[in-house]
Amino acid sequence: MSDSDKSVNELIKNEYKHGFVTDIESDTFAPGLNEETVRKISARKNEPEWMLEWRLKAYRAWAEMPTPEWAHVSFPPIDFEDISYYSAPKSQENAPKSLDEVDPELLRTYEKLGIPLHERARLAGVAVDVVFDSVSVATTFKDQLAKAGVIFCPISEAIQEYPELVKKYLGTVVPQRDNFYSALNSAVFSDGSFVYIPKGVRCPLELSTYFRINEANTGQFERTLIIADEGSHVSYLEGCTAPMRDENQLHAAVVELVLLDDSEIKYSTVQNWYPGDDEGKGGIYNFVTKRATCIGKNSKVSWTQVETGSAITWKYPSCILRGDNSVGEFYSVALTNNFQQADTGTKMIHLGKNTKSTIIAKGISAGKSDSSYRGLVKFGPNADNARNYTQCDSLLIGDKCGAHTFPYIESKNKSAIIEHEATTSKVSDDQLFLCQQRGMDAERAVSMIVNGFCKEVFKELPMEFAVEATKLLEVSLEGSVG
Amino acid sequence: MLKISNLQASVEGTQILKGIDLVVRPGEVHAIMGPNGSGKSTLSQVLAGNEAYDITGGEATLDGKSLIEMPTEQRAREGIFLAFQYPVEIPGVSNLQFLRTAINSIREYRGEEEIDAVSFMKRAKEKIKQVNLDPAFLKRGVNEGFSGGEKKRNEIMQMLMLEPKLAILDETDSGLDIDALKVVADGVNALRSPERSVIMVTHYQRLLDYIVPDYVHVLAKGKIIKSGGKELALELEEKGYGWLGIDEE
Repeated sequence: MSDSDKSVNELIKNEYKHGFVTDIESDTFAPGLNEETVRKISARKNEPEWMLEWRLKAYRAWAEMPTPEWAHVSFPPIDFEDISYYSAPKSQENAPKSLDEVDPELLRTYEKLGIPLHERARLAGVAVDVVFDSVSVATTFKDQLAKAGVIFCPISEAIQEYPELVKKYLGTVVPQRDNFYSALNSAVFSDGSFVYIPKGVRCPLELSTYFRINEANTGQFERTLIIADEGSHVSYLEGCTAPMRDENQLHAAVVELVLLDDSEIKYSTVQNWYPGDDEGKGGIYNFVTKRATCIGKNSKVSWTQVETGSAITWKYPSCILRGDNSVGEFYSVALTNNFQQADTGTKMIHLGKNTKSTIIAKGISAGKSDSSYRGLVKFGPNADNARNYTQCDSLLIGDKCGAHTFPYIESKNKSAIIEHEATTSKVSDDQLFLCQQRGMDAERAVSMIVNGFCKEVFKELPMEFAVEATKLLEVSLEGSVG
Repeated sequence: MLKISNLQASVEGTQILKGIDLVVRPGEVHAIMGPNGSGKSTLSQVLAGNEAYDITGGEATLDGKSLIEMPTEQRAREGIFLAFQYPVEIPGVSNLQFLRTAINSIREYRGEEEIDAVSFMKRAKEKIKQVNLDPAFLKRGVNEGFSGGEKKRNEIMQMLMLEPKLAILDETDSGLDIDALKVVADGVNALRSPERSVIMVTHYQRLLDYIVPDYVHVLAKGKIIKSGGKELALELEEKGYGWLGIDEE
């Protein structure tokens, strides 16, 4: 691995060196980004003309944008000419042949998280025939969804099969030129999820990427679009609770949620990408744009996230509350350890009348890490009687870490009500001594204290996710004390 | 059970304990008295393993095992319990969760299985009643928003749950009204048995009316200067510390 101060392009170069040497005829594009690259991606995916035009528009916008520098994170500049923008699912040739060839440290973590043995192999990328239970699970799962009329498929498939829906909603929540990384994503996105819940349908299952095994390795630029039609309801779980040792350095995903009248989307994320080692080497740059638009009245969107991974996180799941009486919620736990940096938060844009939003953000910093909450609450001129409640709490472990809060409030309506609370606390030596005096070791004590601190957010997670999130914090906090 | 010989300790470079000798046998209750600044609290903290204190000499053993190098949590698992003078709050962590984590940590050390949820709850409800606190306290954060007296009662509740071999009460009686004092005393007396021992660090004799000690020691300037039976406490109550050649602060 390279030093942390070496630029990301070198790291990426290292990654792709292997691709060229061992398997040059495999479907990996040479590094570099221009109109031709975008055309090639689109052609490779047999996309219709309108999709190519859409991508090109995004590319042209991106080419003129400067890289954003406002976030409270620091990293060497990324050379976008040095990234390869298309790679077909990785060849199994270089993958480990059995669990014996997998990094024992990684396996130890899986074991702690209680992941079943066959899943561990899949997560570690072991080249085995896919004979897991999940195949049959996935099949029954698809049948059940089809009966309810729910569409849940790769977005590349949706572009082919449901072009009208995609055309109507893609880019309506996060336009191509919204920001630097969303423009990049729009130009070169490889794949992602597409969900449509028809009118009045309550999705019979919690949709989870976990089951979507056909889409492993969707790459660095994932694109997700979820549409909840009138009166529908869906809970979507994103990410895997296992630490994917993903070697891509830059992730720039876009997630768009569309909510029509009386619909509800609950979107939960547990993110645990490779954070780099304890000296700050390696790790993922996670620059994501997630946004929901409550177009319809009485709709409700809820983002819940537990973030413990990535070297750098730059992420603000947002809600545009356009419909009257619509509700936006954001519950977040962001934990940083070692040399991780996180600048995360949300935006609540109140446009409709009687719109309500709640923000509960918990930041935990350990080691030499740095974590920031950045939140915007905005009330438009028509947002009569809108209200927001914001609570940001930071917990520091040790004395070499940092926590920052950047709240922004803009109101163009006098009837808006906003409440904001913020606290910063420390895991004190006295608390640790009390716990140890009662028989707990320091790590167990810290993880218990941290879990207590996060309680309000964890109770928003689906049950199984909450259990795994608790374990995940435990693993992520290892070595943060003593 | 507990054997302390010539124990010396300092905090931030200041020598506080200057050679303590003490033997506590199973079933005994010892009271340690003395004026402020004599080193009473330091002794309890050092025995429990507070890392803010440095042991600079001497030895302390529990059932023959040296405590000097033993980590704090291991001392607790071996059966040492310290009831704190100023119990800290742990927001968001419920008393139940805290106790369960503590009990299971100790059980794990002893090679026992985790405690089952039903018997744990039963015990917790029983013990919380014993210290005269509402069972609703079980679900509240550890000491979070508790009054001074409630915090002390919660310490005794923890002690009853963990059933230590050696309980050390660090001025648990200070700041308590008479009712709370009785609750604390009842808790300690309930724990007394031929196998368990108690060390009570206190400034006042009144606690000793309710928990009758087998031995009383007077600590001054980092040394035990006088030891005796329970009548020594009464004598101190009557005469103060002056007759022992100590300046009262």
